Amino acid sequence: MVQTIMSIKVRYFASLKETIGKSEDEVSGERTLSVSDVWRLANQSTELPENILAAVNMDYVGLDTNVNDGDEVAFFPPVTGG
Amino acid sequence: MQIRICPEEFDPFHEIQAFQNTALDKAGKYGATSIFVGTMRDLNDDKDVEVMTLEHYEGMTEKQLGIFVSEAQQQWQILDALILHRVGKILPDQTIVLVVVWASHRGDAFDACRYIIEALKSKAPFWKKEKLTSKEERWVTKNTDGYLQKNN
Repeated sequence: MVQTIMSIKVRYFASLKETIGKSEDEVSGERTLSVSDVWRLANQSTELPENILAAVNMDYVGLDTNVNDGDEVAFFPPVTGG
Repeated sequence: MQIRICPEEFDPFHEIQAFQNTALDKAGKYGATSIFVGTMRDLNDDKDVEVMTLEHYEGMTEKQLGIFVSEAQQQWQILDALILHRVGKILPDQTIVLVVVWASHRGDAFDACRYIIEALKSKAPFWKKEKLTSKEERWVTKNTDGYLQKNN
């Protein structure tokens, strides 16, 4: 069986972007990946900080949500607009 | 409906008039217009603020604001809505956000406008960074519940 290699774009915003020193990543994987897996692949030993929110393709998701090839995953702190 | 992210300063009342004159094809239909204007203050958390920079997640912001309007339309009888939000550098006394809802009746207009601004405050991906008059910079970490002091 041919395994598909997934390619995921990762984006970071606001104080999280400053803390980890980057605004985006590209990760790939051969198995089913959750949003948490995407964080671990992109950030190795850096734990996902508390209170960080996640979105897939610009919709809010939980960290255990699975991602698909070509998805855009975003991590960011609580929002403060308005 | 119009949703706009504005890198430049805007006059909220001019924008409302312009929208009513051009885009809003409902003259004679609406009996209630509810307006919320959020303005930058020169004080936050007991510190004097000199300038604020607003970052957002382009694309997700517009998508989420559209969802909030759809959710409002499902709950109240509204005719149209206008949302403008600043990004970039903002100075005290400048408008940050404008939410306007047109409806036949005031209950729908007030409730939907309140719903949209509260959803925006808690879920639209905007982030504020303040530069204080002391030159210290800090991220705003949370929004308040919207009251200076609640009288229970």
